[in-house]
This record gives sequence, C-alpha cells and structure tokens, in this order.
Amino acid sequence: MWRTPEVRAEAARLMACFRDAGAIEVEADVLLPADTLLDLYGEDIRARAFTTADPLRGEQMLRPDFTVPVVQMHMAEGAEPARYTYAGKVFRRQEEDPDRETEYLQVGYELFDGADPAGADAEVFARIAGCLQGLPVTATTGDMGLLIAAVDGLSTTARRKAALRRHIWRPARFRALLERYSGRAPVPPTRAALLACEGDPLKGAGKAIGLRTAEEIRDRIAALHEDAAEAPLSGEETRLLSAILSLKGPAEGALKQLRDLAREMASLTPALDRFEARLEALAARGIDAGALEFAGSHGRASMEYYDGFVFAFAADARPELPPVATGGRYDALTGVLGQGNSIPAVGGVIRPGVTLALREGGA
Amino acid sequence: MSIRLGVPSKGRLMEKTFDWFGERGVDIRRTGSDREYAGAVGGIDGVELVLLSAGEIPRELAAGRIHLGVTGSDLVREKLPRWDRLVQELAPLGFGHADLVIAVPKFWVDVDTLDDLDAAAAAFRARHGHRLRLATKYHRLVREYLRRAGVADYQLVDSQGATEGTVKHGTAEAIADITSSGETLRANHLKILEEAPIHQSQATLFRSLTAPTDEGQDRTLDALSRTLGLAG
Repeated sequence: MWRTPEVRAEAARLMACFRDAGAIEVEADVLLPADTLLDLYGEDIRARAFTTADPLRGEQMLRPDFTVPVVQMHMAEGAEPARYTYAGKVFRRQEEDPDRETEYLQVGYELFDGADPAGADAEVFARIAGCLQGLPVTATTGDMGLLIAAVDGLSTTARRKAALRRHIWRPARFRALLERYSGRAPVPPTRAALLACEGDPLKGAGKAIGLRTAEEIRDRIAALHEDAAEAPLSGEETRLLSAILSLKGPAEGALKQLRDLAREMASLTPALDRFEARLEALAARGIDAGALEFAGSHGRASMEYYDGFVFAFAADARPELPPVATGGRYDALTGVLGQGNSIPAVGGVIRPGVTLALREGGA
Repeated sequence: MSIRLGVPSKGRLMEKTFDWFGERGVDIRRTGSDREYAGAVGGIDGVELVLLSAGEIPRELAAGRIHLGVTGSDLVREKLPRWDRLVQELAPLGFGHADLVIAVPKFWVDVDTLDDLDAAAAAFRARHGHRLRLATKYHRLVREYLRRAGVADYQLVDSQGATEGTVKHGTAEAIADITSSGETLRANHLKILEEAPIHQSQATLFRSLTAPTDEGQDRTLDALSRTLGLAG
C-alpha cells in the first residue's frame, strides 16, 4: 500500500510532525552489510530480512529497519543531543503469512540524549502520540530495564544472572533456565554422568577437532561443577519474577504493585525510580501517564534490541492491522555498534500505510 | 492429458521408487540408453514419467508442473515454506530413512543437549569474537528449530556436501545434516546431540495441491490411488 500518492502524502505529513519537533531529516542506504546485522541480531535476522550478495562487497541485506544505519550515522558525525527523522521503505521476509507486506513505509523519530533519559523517553512517546492524534489507537508500554534489574537482583551467581539476562528476549529458554536454576527441572542424564565422572572426563573422548579447545571444555565443566554446588533459586524469587512478567494494568497501579515487590528485592528500586520519573515526565507533556496500559512482558518478543522503556500503539477495533507505531530505548544496541562506546538512545516508528488505513476506514 | 509423475532420476532412490510402484502393479522403468532421461509407465494409462533430481521435485510440485512426485520429506520441508498448503503427503514409501540431526565434536564431553549447545555458543562467542558456526544445507529447518529452542550466538554456514568434514577443516564448529546410520559422523569424530531429531525423513509420495487437473486427469489420479492402495 506504499504505492499510492495518499500513503506518500501521509508519510510526508508524519515526517513534518517530527521535523516540527526539531528533528533533522536523514536518509539511509537500502543495502546494508549483512555481517553488521548478523552480528547484532544473530541468525534470526535471516528469517526476517532479505539477503542478497554483491560480488565485491559480499553479503548485503535490504534494510529491515532504519535503526542500525541511523545509529551508525550519528556515531560517525553526530553531536548530542540529536533528533533525527526519516521516511522510507523497509523490507521484511514473510515466511509464515503471505498477507503481511514484504515492503512498507516507515517514518521514524530517534533521539540521542544522555542528559535526561526519563525526559527523552517521554519526549519520543509524546511526540509519536501527538502525530497520531485523532486516530483510534491505544498504547501499551513496558520496561525491559525492569526485567533486567529483576534478574540482577536475584540472589544467585553472576554466571546464572548473565545466562538469564542473555535470554530475556527468548521467553522459552528463559523459562527453561529458571526451571533448572530453581531445581524444578530434572538434571539431564548426560549432565549427571559428566558431573559424576571421576578423573579426566576428556580422557579417551576422541580427537580434538575444530576451534573450540580442550581448555574451553574444561572451563565449562568446572563451571558446571560450581553451578551444581549452587543453592537453587528460592521460590520467593522465582514467584517475584513471574509476578513482574505477568503484571498488566494501568501504569499507576503497576508502579504501586512493583514498589511493593521491591520491598523483597531492593535491586528494583533504581529501575522503579526511573519508571516513576518517566511517568512524571510523560505527565508534564500532557499524557495521562497513570492510565497508560503497562505490561510486564511487553517488548520480550521483539528482537534482542530494546533494553529500557518500550511502547506500541495499536488500533483496538482493527485487530487485523499491524501495530500503528512501535518504539523504545536501545542503549545496549548502540554499545554493540560502537564497540562498547554506548550512547543513550530512544526512538520509534510509525507506519503511514496503517495510519492512512485508519483515517480512511474509520474505527 | 496425462498426469505427470516426478521421480528421482538416479541412484538407489530411483531404483527403490521403481520397486515400490512395481510391487503395487505400476510398472515404471527408464527407456532408451542409460544416459537418456526418459521413462515409461505401464499397468495404468494416462501417467507420464518425469525424471528429475530429487532436490528439484519439491519446487516442481509447488509450481504445479508435476501432479505427483517422490522425494525426501526433508527436502519438501526445507525448500517449501508452508509446505502443507502446497503439497499433500499421499504415502510414506518406507525407504530413504534419514534423520536431520545436530552433531558436535565427540570430544565436547560437556555438550549433549541444546541447553549445552547454547551455553557453549555463548562462551565460544565471548572467547573467539564470533558466533559458533554450524555447517548445514538445511538452513530453514535448522534456523527454525534453534529459534524455537531459544538457542543464540550461533551462525549457519552453508555446506552443500561433505558437511561432516567441515569441523575438521576448521570452517565450522558443529554441523546439522541428515544421517541414517551415523557412521560418517563417527568417522569424522562427531556425535549426535541427545535430542529428538529435527526431522525424521523418508522418501514420500507427494501430490501437488497447485497443479490444475481436468476430469480425465482426476479419473487417472483416482485410478492410480486405487491401484497403489492409497486411502481416499
């Protein structure tokens, strides 16, 4: 639906809305080096992005979103604070559903500002909400930072916390790890046999082939021994995690419940202070912040990407339509792209094809 | 118009397919010289034989250029997204059994499950600065399987043959490939993960759901189904 002049006009209108907020208009290449995206997102990106090859530049991908090129451009030449807007097509492979579009327009707004994270979160959300004004959409919000803080607050080893953090975006494996660490899942027989092995488990194990060395294997075995000696996660703590993940409701009530939970887990408090500051910053921008829908697990199903405030706007009466707008904070992604040199960043995109469908089709 | 039956053009898969049809009263054979890809079907009228590479049969079925085809169920699942909307499994043929599995070096005594593989991949990436490489030609099936299992920090590298040798040659750390006896894996110092196979494949007779048929072709398909003893 990007083809019609109406959609292009809608995109131009949304972009003007972002320009009015002081955003600089930027462009990005359609062909991006595949290795950057693969390194960032892993093999899953191949199922979502079109891959092609250039004889000289190697494997390329048709941009699946603007975030990576905009971050790279900002890191190369930008000064803070910076606001960018862009409009253009993104390309997505659809292996499951032929009714979903493989190319569509996105109009985005990205803000790089480390001075006031709560203010930056609120600015991006309020700006997108403002550009969507009059449309029958409702927002859902979440906070990946809260989940990360909850994992960090578990009374267990750094290694277990790192493993859980790594899988926050993969709910199935996260749950499997929790089951194992809390002693509810049985130890696989192969693991039990390895741990019971007296003497050198590598003796007679076979020829050492490949890059992974015997030393790496011994290190992991040592880690497994340490982990087996570790006390299981307490029932209270796993219940606390589940309570956060299943939390749903208006933000004001959610904050109150989370403050209650924080009495059992002090590590939540800084994240909740940020949550509260964000609600205040949103209210200062005229958003009815306390009534915003909050979901504890919102943002987990997205790509490994957002690590703070997350949000989505959807048309409730039109469940067949994709989300109208999505966004969030992605400080960690800038850290990976900047080789450790991270920049606080938050942004979001609107799909003009969808906003136009809402304007034309009514609610 | 005849209906078109696609059959693998060489090797044991072709011979066993001929045998399977022969045991059910449909006589398929190659005609002309050994090298000419031509064949004939006896015992039933209106069926034309199309000899094709087993790897191309899924595509031909999906495009509706052949009505029936014999190929491995692994190839159909790998090559056709949403395969069950494009083709219908008429009968497993009981040969060409092979499991699509993940195998790692046998001396990785700490890796036997997907959970282990995931943890080893995380540590490997941290130490070597790149993702753990898994060589395969079954990209879609393997990626989907690992995504569902929540395995991260790996990358697939393409290997269209001799995949079992890639670890020894330093182009991959692990592999995903089909195996029937596991002998080639063992000979290359690899072991299979203690998980259910990604897919248990065998030679299967498929019907295209996209190939148009006229009344005469429908009658031929019915007659062939009865002759072969297929349900429906």
